[in-house]
Amino acid sequence: MHTSRAVGHKPGTTGHGSHTEPAWVRWLLISCAIAVISILVIIPVVNVFYQALANGFDTYRHQLLDDAETRHAIWLTLTVVPVAVVLNTIFGVAVAWAVTRFQFPGRTILIAFIDLPFAISPVVVGLMIMLMFGRLGIWGPTLEHWGIKIVFAYPGLVLATTFVTLPFVARELIPVMEALGADEETAAVSLGANGWQMFWRITLPNIRLGLLYGVILCNARAMGEFGAVRVVSGGISGETDTMPLRVEKLFQEYELPESFAVASVLTLLALVTLIAKTLLEHQTQQQLARADDEQAET
Amino acid sequence: MSSNRRILPGFRLSLGVAITYLSVMLVVPLVVCLMEVSKLTPAQFLNAVWTERTRSAYYVTLTTSFYAAVIDVVLGLLLAWVLVRYEFPFKRFFDSLVDLPFALPTAVAGLVYSSLYVANGWYGRILVPMGIKVDNTNLGIVVVLVFIGLPFVVRTLQPVLESMDADVEEAAASMGANRSQIFWRVLLPPLAPAMWTGFSLTFARALGEFGSVIFIAANKQYESEIVPVLIVSRIDEPALTEATAVAMVMLLMSFCLLMAINYLEWRSARYAH
Repeated sequence: MHTSRAVGHKPGTTGHGSHTEPAWVRWLLISCAIAVISILVIIPVVNVFYQALANGFDTYRHQLLDDAETRHAIWLTLTVVPVAVVLNTIFGVAVAWAVTRFQFPGRTILIAFIDLPFAISPVVVGLMIMLMFGRLGIWGPTLEHWGIKIVFAYPGLVLATTFVTLPFVARELIPVMEALGADEETAAVSLGANGWQMFWRITLPNIRLGLLYGVILCNARAMGEFGAVRVVSGGISGETDTMPLRVEKLFQEYELPESFAVASVLTLLALVTLIAKTLLEHQTQQQLARADDEQAET
Repeated sequence: MSSNRRILPGFRLSLGVAITYLSVMLVVPLVVCLMEVSKLTPAQFLNAVWTERTRSAYYVTLTTSFYAAVIDVVLGLLLAWVLVRYEFPFKRFFDSLVDLPFALPTAVAGLVYSSLYVANGWYGRILVPMGIKVDNTNLGIVVVLVFIGLPFVVRTLQPVLESMDADVEEAAASMGANRSQIFWRVLLPPLAPAMWTGFSLTFARALGEFGSVIFIAANKQYESEIVPVLIVSRIDEPALTEATAVAMVMLLMSFCLLMAINYLEWRSARYAH
């Protein structure tokens, strides 16, 4: 009885079949969905800011900036995260170039390997680093002999964060580069461009949205990393506590308002990430659709 | 594509960088783990991974993760359905918020969930007088894991729902099927592989979750200690070898799940096209 509507159904709209349930069922389901999102996501986010700002903005500012250990935690997060993001971005571009532009034995295994960190608990990542560089680890005594500190110090935090966020850039870039194809790059090279010219003038401008998207996700995950970092940090206040670790320490010390103040900064970052993600997703999809059209024409 | 190697530059450089990086970051640490475990005799290994404390930790981890994944499948189906099929105000806003658990640091999730459910928290004020205790209980672990895993099911189901043809439903309707018959017989079967994928992804993520759980759980041995908490406390002792043995058991579980997920994704990809 609804067959006539199938003809008028526009491709790309998501509202198809929207009249197949009675209105009351529809609105009941919509209300339930909104209730679920509110209870699980919206109210907790509001609660973070409510608790952080409960004693006014001045107190909030003091809680964030007057405590030397909290200041150091913010500083540490800001210095650890960029290193992890840069390393994983270089890797992401390299691996995406290799697997989308060339065919070689072991290509599928390589792709499967990229996802491996997702299957490993962050806590186990921390353990692996302890096994390698800890005092009881394989290279621990050698490092101690040379006076190099990795575990319970900055390099360990970088290593743990990098490991956990390894797949993010690569995972976003591979589908984008696959969809764009190699035509423009092949043309550039056959017209006499060298490798780096091709990369900076053709590849990078083409993949910039996907790359930015991957970098943003990688950055958010890196800033929030907890388990791996907590194992290798040794929990030395004012030395190896990153922002998420500081949140936990303040919570353990029953300094809840301070803990929420630090948490609110991280929440703000998560919200900014979400906004950027939503905007970029839209643009990347348009770019991919254009690439598909162009390929269909040729 | 192999002919590309003669045209496009950078094959050796990019592959070299990728393989070196993966070897240093992934292969070496995994080999080191295996070497550590190989220090143990089979009896010692069994002693490390199969004690009353570890058994209880496996049980708590597996059951809470399982319940959380089941709840997420139900909630995820509801959210994906509503977000794909219906139009309502601020739909894009709600849609974006589904990803928040991916973006929010787990420590923040743990902190805010724990303080929402304490006796004078926003939710606890209603729930605690009713006799429902969430903070400091294993129910709390489930609740926070539901939050952590929420996006997985929604994001796996959405593309499948979008690609489903309305024609089939309408054909079924024109032949006299009612809505519930259409739901169970026409809509659910092609969604099933994606639901399993979403379930496994949530379950796998929940198994390894640490940050959010330590805030809300009591973390007591034999009662509410999950495997990651157990591993951390053994690292702190320090009993690294025993911790590694337990970690290997966990890694094995995760790898099996990862393989199951790949297989399911391959199957649901066949449905989607």
